[in-house]
Amino acid sequence: MESYHLKRIDFIFKNENDWKDVLSRALASDKQLILNELMESELKGRGGAGFPTGLKWKLTADEKSDEKHIICNADEGEPGTFKDREILTQVPFKVLVGMAICGYVIGALKGFIYLRGEYTFLMPELEKAIKEFEYYCKEINFKFSIKIFLGSGAYICGEETALFESMEGKRGEPRNKPPFPTKNGYLGKPTVVNNVETLAHTYTIFKYGAKQFYDLGVQYSRGTKLFSVSGDTPKAGIYELELGMTLEQFVDDFGDGDTKAVQVGGASGFLVPRKLFSQTIIGFKGKLEGHSLPTGGSMMLFNSSRSMFNVLSNYLYFFHEESCGQCTPCRVGCQVLLNGINEVKKGERSTLYLDKLLQLTETMKQTAKCGLGQSVANSFSSIVENFKEEMIY
Amino acid sequence: MDNISTTIKTLVKKHGKKRESLLPVLQGIIKQENFLSEYAMVLVATELDISAAEVYGTASFYSFMNHKKGGKYIIRICKTITCSMKGKIQVLQAIEDMLKIKVGDTTPDGLFTLLETNCLGWCHKAPAMLINDEVYTSLTPERVREILSEYLTKNK
Repeated sequence: MESYHLKRIDFIFKNENDWKDVLSRALASDKQLILNELMESELKGRGGAGFPTGLKWKLTADEKSDEKHIICNADEGEPGTFKDREILTQVPFKVLVGMAICGYVIGALKGFIYLRGEYTFLMPELEKAIKEFEYYCKEINFKFSIKIFLGSGAYICGEETALFESMEGKRGEPRNKPPFPTKNGYLGKPTVVNNVETLAHTYTIFKYGAKQFYDLGVQYSRGTKLFSVSGDTPKAGIYELELGMTLEQFVDDFGDGDTKAVQVGGASGFLVPRKLFSQTIIGFKGKLEGHSLPTGGSMMLFNSSRSMFNVLSNYLYFFHEESCGQCTPCRVGCQVLLNGINEVKKGERSTLYLDKLLQLTETMKQTAKCGLGQSVANSFSSIVENFKEEMIY
Repeated sequence: MDNISTTIKTLVKKHGKKRESLLPVLQGIIKQENFLSEYAMVLVATELDISAAEVYGTASFYSFMNHKKGGKYIIRICKTITCSMKGKIQVLQAIEDMLKIKVGDTTPDGLFTLLETNCLGWCHKAPAMLINDEVYTSLTPERVREILSEYLTKNK
């Protein structure tokens, strides 16, 4: 049987040398028209949460404030995600122009790139690009500057409010929402936080119009997305694909023929076992048939040689270390879950204890303060429920 | 004035005397000293006019802000899922055997500190590690021995 091939698309990494024109053209257009274009494209946040980008910009633009900010979230810490680094390496100007257009639309004079400490080596090249970019802004009399802010090895700082805290020189502990960043963000000012990939997409949308983007993908999940493919696959790497594919199509293309399960969306995402591949659709929640899974693009494939117990305990160890420790459900919950599965495995606890742990993840989902604590339930329940025997024996 | 206070004064001057400068200042110190001493943190607190507890509280939150004196080169090997699946244990073993230290230790000559870290974002080229800011991917025990030998020769 010939293996299935999903259509590869090349918007993001396409080499384009006309960023100056695109920027100048955007700055000469009506702000409302830019917002309309963005909303028509139905672009949703590519960091994984999927908030409509146009709406985010509009909400921030509507706020009255003497100061606003645009922050590019490059704190790419989700296990299995590595696309943002490649965007910043290969096409940094698309991101910078995206930021500048956002700044123009919402009324921000300053942009920041929050770059994870693990990517410090990107700094020299990125700073060179920013310098060239700012030079051009000056040339065309557009007041806008971009500064890189380095992280220091904390996964939680990818959460937007923790990111603000970190930039303000504090511990990266998430804030309560509301108020939302569009109203009360960095230094208490209205702030747009967009993922690197989202900003790169805005560049393409302005250049080619909303239609080209909107025509790809499916209802509620328009356009393309970069997928970071890793694990048991002969084709590990970064691929730009249309949203709306089934996981079965994906595995037919990228699997090694023995795929047992796929982790969609990194450690905070869901593990999908083989029996659910055909009914799982990769895209944002909507009235799609079957089960749709949003994702920041992390796709980790596991073949039958892998123990799902090891996978889960690796994730839990990750969360246990990366939990900021601020709220009890997450701080204690992650420890109890990690110890719990080990105790069950060793036979120190009855297998019924797994049900108690599942209840605990449900509680964490309801009560944890931020996305980290809430999403531990995703991988935990999807692994324990689908691979119970591997947890026990 | 000693070295470190000059460094801190320069950093504060560069980034500004405000709370938002705390992380860049601390990062600047680490870049030069390779770690954050208590002494340095107290100096930063004085310079930025905040309490030393605030500085320590913030610094201790971030895993890259080590406040134990480490080696000249900090090796951070990724222990997250894909690297674990692709042979991180063998690579780690090779490093431990070669440098004769365990995770968390520094070699007696003060050259290397060995640490584990969470996902470095190189899952497609796993296993991966950082030596200071430098990335090394697709590691094997042989390859990691070569890399460390180069560092050793460089520092003879």
